[in-house]
Amino acid sequence: MPVQFKRPEALLDVYMHYCPGCSHGIIHRLVAQAIDELGIEGDTIGVASVGCSVFAYNYFACDMQQAPHGRAPSVATGIKRCLPDKIVFTYQGDGDLAAIGTAEIVHAAARGENITVIFVNNAIYGMTGGQMAPTSLTGQVTQTTPYGRKPEDGRPIKVAEMLATLDGPRYIERVSVHDHKHVAAAGRAIRKAFEIQLRGEGFSLVEVLSSCPTNLRMTPKDALKWVEQSMLSYYPLGVIKDGGACYAG
Amino acid sequence: MEKKLLRGNEAIAEAAIRAGCRFYAGYPITPQTELSEYLARHMQKAGGVFIQAESEISAINMVYGAAGTGVRAMTSSSSPGISLKQEAISYMAASELPALIVNVMRVGPGLGGILPSQSDYFQATKGGGHGDYRMVVLTPDSVQEMFDFTIEAFDIADKYRMPVMLLADGILGQMTEIVALRDIKPNSFEKSWATTGTGMKRRHNIINSLYIQPEESQELNLRLQMRYNIIKEKEQRYEIINPEADIMLVAFGIVARVAKQAVAELSKEGVSAGLIRPKAVWPFPETCFTRAAKAYIVAELNAGQMIEDVRLAVNGRAPVHAINRLGGNLLTVEDIKQRVIEIVGGVPSACAI
Repeated sequence: MPVQFKRPEALLDVYMHYCPGCSHGIIHRLVAQAIDELGIEGDTIGVASVGCSVFAYNYFACDMQQAPHGRAPSVATGIKRCLPDKIVFTYQGDGDLAAIGTAEIVHAAARGENITVIFVNNAIYGMTGGQMAPTSLTGQVTQTTPYGRKPEDGRPIKVAEMLATLDGPRYIERVSVHDHKHVAAAGRAIRKAFEIQLRGEGFSLVEVLSSCPTNLRMTPKDALKWVEQSMLSYYPLGVIKDGGACYAG
Repeated sequence: MEKKLLRGNEAIAEAAIRAGCRFYAGYPITPQTELSEYLARHMQKAGGVFIQAESEISAINMVYGAAGTGVRAMTSSSSPGISLKQEAISYMAASELPALIVNVMRVGPGLGGILPSQSDYFQATKGGGHGDYRMVVLTPDSVQEMFDFTIEAFDIADKYRMPVMLLADGILGQMTEIVALRDIKPNSFEKSWATTGTGMKRRHNIINSLYIQPEESQELNLRLQMRYNIIKEKEQRYEIINPEADIMLVAFGIVARVAKQAVAELSKEGVSAGLIRPKAVWPFPETCFTRAAKAYIVAELNAGQMIEDVRLAVNGRAPVHAINRLGGNLLTVEDIKQRVIEIVGGVPSACAI
């Protein structure tokens, strides 16, 4: 029988450290699949950030750099400007991108850097054990909001919409991986983001809503249901921006 | 050889281009901004990249990314901005990335002021960022040396795979002097570690500083320390005037210029005085202190920072005195001469701030 489904070549055959039910494995696969389909593994440099996905440099088969916390868009800028013919992507969580690295993502987007950003939003800090994230929902109980996130703790940041107000970005879409149908759509968005970069059209970002069962204190199944039932209403899916500025460099 | 009247900051920029630096990212801050402005005008013409970043933090991280591709890269700033860069400098030291970081020092602490100072000596030589790491720290005392040391800095960085700092001050940055502009053929270094895309021909390269296994972390740290020990042996840089003198002044950067004049005048007046001028403050030129003079006087535009390294090198074999100026003020030739005469005359050695 022919093989129907296999590990993408751009993903190394190694053990991943992710917890059971964590969405990072799925999102890694979608990124690797896009790299495979576009045949760009040998020309791609990825940037891992600080957080659970830091070890992405051990999992992707392409060249990788590991960036200081929040600075992946700046590191990617340095790489891309030196190697404009290569494909450069960052893989960042919500704490990395939407808290400590807010300035870096805003300005990389404003410059219209011809890079692709995979932004994984699971509404919680995973690596450090379940503290409030900039994207935690109002009322969400975390280790540092034991009575629920209050407005004065900050309203959750809609990164995709915020960045779409800028003239710099070329393509921004929010997707989710809470079920098969949405996983497939997420894969298409990620591939499109890389294609835009390949055509030299500028900054692309895909926000991926994902689940962290360990820190949500839920079973994997319930965590996915929570994404669908609680996150989707606050973080609507779809193309937030498509078109606009092209990369000037 | 082409000679040009250049400002110190511009001399660094011109030297960087000639040394093959093809990536610069920075953020405006006085008194180093002319360096950025010069590269904004000239870097693109040289086929390189100039970026004005949104912060010093972003700028140094762009340099991290660029250096990781094997391109010669640099950033520049002044004291408060250099504080912001410390995190990434530590990462670069750990990830073994070569790059040049220029600090045209201004007075601190805090926002301080735009006047010249040498008060970042500790930050530059003792770590600055977190963890056990070092940078080679070059200390020019003229616009010519701003040019020459910049070229050397890129070679040192590539040779040892580490960030190198050029530590100047506001006077050197703003001062205009005639510079002999050497045309150089940049040395090329093998950089098989760079992330340039595997081309499907090799295993992936990883630029990284995370080692969660204690054995691996220890291995990295030991490797770095071994390298630093080699650098301590091979890269001590200094100038000595009147090496056999009774009183040896120790000064770097702009203060060394003043001290040289003081030594020349004192010698004429029959006072046995000399000067040790570190051209690099890390590694500190301990070898200059093998012979103990009768006394040392460390002249600095800070509250006494390099004096600690001098005391370690002298190791109690002779008294070590200080003369300092704070707040962006400069030591004059008269100040230094007077201090030497005080010491020679046996006047009690209160710290002369």
